[in-house]
Amino acid sequence: MNQKFKKLKQNPNLVIGGTITFIFIVMAVWAPALSPYHPVDDADLMVSELPPSITYPFGTDEQGRDILTRVIYGSRISLSVGLVSQAMNTIIGIILGLTAGFFGKWWDDIVMGLTNIMLSIPSMIFALAVMAVMGPGLMNIFLALGLTNWAFTCRITRSQVLSTRSLDYVKAANALGYSRTRIMFTQILPNILGPILVVATLGMAGAILMEASLSFLGLGTQPPTPSWGGMLASAREQMFTTPWISIFPGMAIFFAVLGLNLFGDGLRDILDPHLTRKAK
Amino acid sequence: MAAYTFRRILQFFPTVFFISLIMFGLLNVLPGDATLMAGGSKHHLDEKTAQMLKKQLGLDRPLYVRYASYMKNLLKGDLGRSFLRNESVNSLVAQRIGPTLYLSTAAMVIAVGLGIPLGFLSALKQGSFLDTLSMLGAVSGVSVPQFWLGLILMYLFSLVLGWFPSQGYGDGHLMHLILPAFTLGVGYMALLARTTRAAVVEVLTQDYIRTARSKGLSVLIVNFTHVFRNTMVLILTTAGLQFGSLIGQTVIVEKLFSWPGIGSLLVDSIFQRDIPVTQGCVLIIIGIFLLVNLVVDLLYGVIDPRIELS
Repeated sequence: MNQKFKKLKQNPNLVIGGTITFIFIVMAVWAPALSPYHPVDDADLMVSELPPSITYPFGTDEQGRDILTRVIYGSRISLSVGLVSQAMNTIIGIILGLTAGFFGKWWDDIVMGLTNIMLSIPSMIFALAVMAVMGPGLMNIFLALGLTNWAFTCRITRSQVLSTRSLDYVKAANALGYSRTRIMFTQILPNILGPILVVATLGMAGAILMEASLSFLGLGTQPPTPSWGGMLASAREQMFTTPWISIFPGMAIFFAVLGLNLFGDGLRDILDPHLTRKAK
Repeated sequence: MAAYTFRRILQFFPTVFFISLIMFGLLNVLPGDATLMAGGSKHHLDEKTAQMLKKQLGLDRPLYVRYASYMKNLLKGDLGRSFLRNESVNSLVAQRIGPTLYLSTAAMVIAVGLGIPLGFLSALKQGSFLDTLSMLGAVSGVSVPQFWLGLILMYLFSLVLGWFPSQGYGDGHLMHLILPAFTLGVGYMALLARTTRAAVVEVLTQDYIRTARSKGLSVLIVNFTHVFRNTMVLILTTAGLQFGSLIGQTVIVEKLFSWPGIGSLLVDSIFQRDIPVTQGCVLIIIGIFLLVNLVVDLLYGVIDPRIELS
């Protein structure tokens, strides 16, 4: 226990990032209990654009809604986008990477060709093109971000498969007569989860940032959904007169992404002994 | 080297071909009535006018015919015609590409000029105050939403201090460039700083550095001739790959600062459902990204002769 604690102390990234992420998860799960108002219904034009005060800690927006409440509810949108889209990417990436590395031959060529093409399309542009076709909305965001960012996971999975395939325990499993699918999922996959987890954590951060950007452009979630990017989009015009409407949602995006990035960095330090050795 | 260069350039074309195929498919096959918005809002359009419009725009033809004619034009360097404006996509893009290149180059210069030296210094002074501070700055720079950063910068430097204009291209005047270029460059700068630091830390543990040091070479010489050259390949690779995120972000920064570049043209065309323009902008942006990476790949051989170019 003591040693574990010591290890954590040596890895402030993981601790700080984990704490920030945990706070956002709590916010998302218990949003109704934590929020003083309702994010959409409690609009009152009589109290619009009020600066931060005791009754409205983050002030109110142009429709008189409490910004703190909307920021808290916004964590639900952002975290679900990060989680769902990254889960999709990870599953696609793992399946393609595992099969490509394991079966090789023409399938490997196809998967790698596709991966390289995906990598040569900037993800923002890809997501924009998908949103352009499917139109705005949360479901479409899930798809746009969940189908376009699997290339890194795929590449890493494949290269890990190639390097573990010839290891003794895999050979042993082969000799025992395990089926290929069984070897892939019970022998190889558990041993390469570390790097995949790192990519997934950093990918979640990227997805949250991307959703905010798309919503800011008006191509993501639509009002009155309390999404951080969407809040910034409607506040943009009033930046000079009522800056608090923009400042708090932006800070929420920043800290949520920062938390995940730090957490991912920390995970990498733990899971990649190669790097840790170097740093010493 | 010549053979490598030739082959690498040859590879460029199939990639562009497949990307154009994917983008054409994406924008034309998926549901979503792309066709009819050209006549204004589709609710106001009666069936007959709609059919006429479709015919006029060539959208009544089967998909493969459209793709064939699209490809044929693309090979001639013709990106098609805008649905809405009586202009070719080529001329629309040509008007907008200058500002985009201007902005992204400026952002690159800021990012490379600050990010690489910062990462380098951080690695040489590991654990120092400077190191902690700049790595904290770097992880923040990677995490900050650029449109928000842009808003804050506008508020500070345009409204409060009044140093720079907050909007517009201003005929390319330098004062107009600074805020958007910095906003765009921050994330990239942070990435470069992190990559550079990691690369330098790695190289510093190599035997040849110890050898060079024990030969009695001065720290400065070792740092600049040995460390720097050996990290360049890694830094350059990241710089090339991550250039994609920079060019992607121009869309948002241009929109935020009302910069008349390809990014804002792209967003406008998406809202207007002007598919040929959307398609053209997407292809051009990806093309720029691919070209940058082609150049990076070709530079490898120049920087590090050890690399086996096969």
